[in-house]
Amino acid sequence: MPTAEEIKQRIEAAIPGSRAEVDDWTGGGDHFRATVTAAAFAGRNRIEQHRVVYEIFGAEIGGPIHALSLKTQSD
Amino acid sequence: MSSTETNQIREAIEQAIAEHPTILFMKGSPEAPACGFSARTVAALQALDAPFAAVDVLPDPRIRQELSAISDWPTIPQLFVGGELLGGCDIVMEMYESGELAAALGVEEPAGADTVAGVGATALSGAAQPTGGFTQIENRLG
Repeated sequence: MPTAEEIKQRIEAAIPGSRAEVDDWTGGGDHFRATVTAAAFAGRNRIEQHRVVYEIFGAEIGGPIHALSLKTQSD
Repeated sequence: MSSTETNQIREAIEQAIAEHPTILFMKGSPEAPACGFSARTVAALQALDAPFAAVDVLPDPRIRQELSAISDWPTIPQLFVGGELLGGCDIVMEMYESGELAAALGVEEPAGADTVAGVGATALSGAAQPTGGFTQIENRLG
């Protein structure tokens, strides 16, 4: 099961130049909340921004990561 | 499961999205949401008095599977407006707070509907009444 720190590192590695703040929402290790800031989000709507992050984790969302609540913004 | 049945489910979902100006795919029903994210999304729609149809994805795992294949969106709930995916819980709540949701739904923002806490409390108390029809995909498959 990934930790908040691992999720942060995977987001930042997958989206060059991004900054991610991730916390374990419930303390249970499977509900996470992330705020991701990336220049790459500019010109994309929220749906597209969230898809970029969801795609990093693929089938892990809904699996080991029960929920990943997202807030995305461009720089 | 046969591929014919799977195709029928996909077609029923696509038809439901096309037929309803606002349709929410959720866990549970508006009266009894089975997940906090679904509950918050329902509460935001109800706070705006926005009519919406709702589909419970829980009775058959294929509903969720086909829905996510159609929408390219991995999580539930999913809110569609005018045939397009507007977002999941996070986006709907963000748009609710900014006033964009009312605009997207073509409804007026009622006074005093501006706090998330109020929305959450409404959902938890069960006081909010559903304002739209409740659609069950499997009913279309008979």
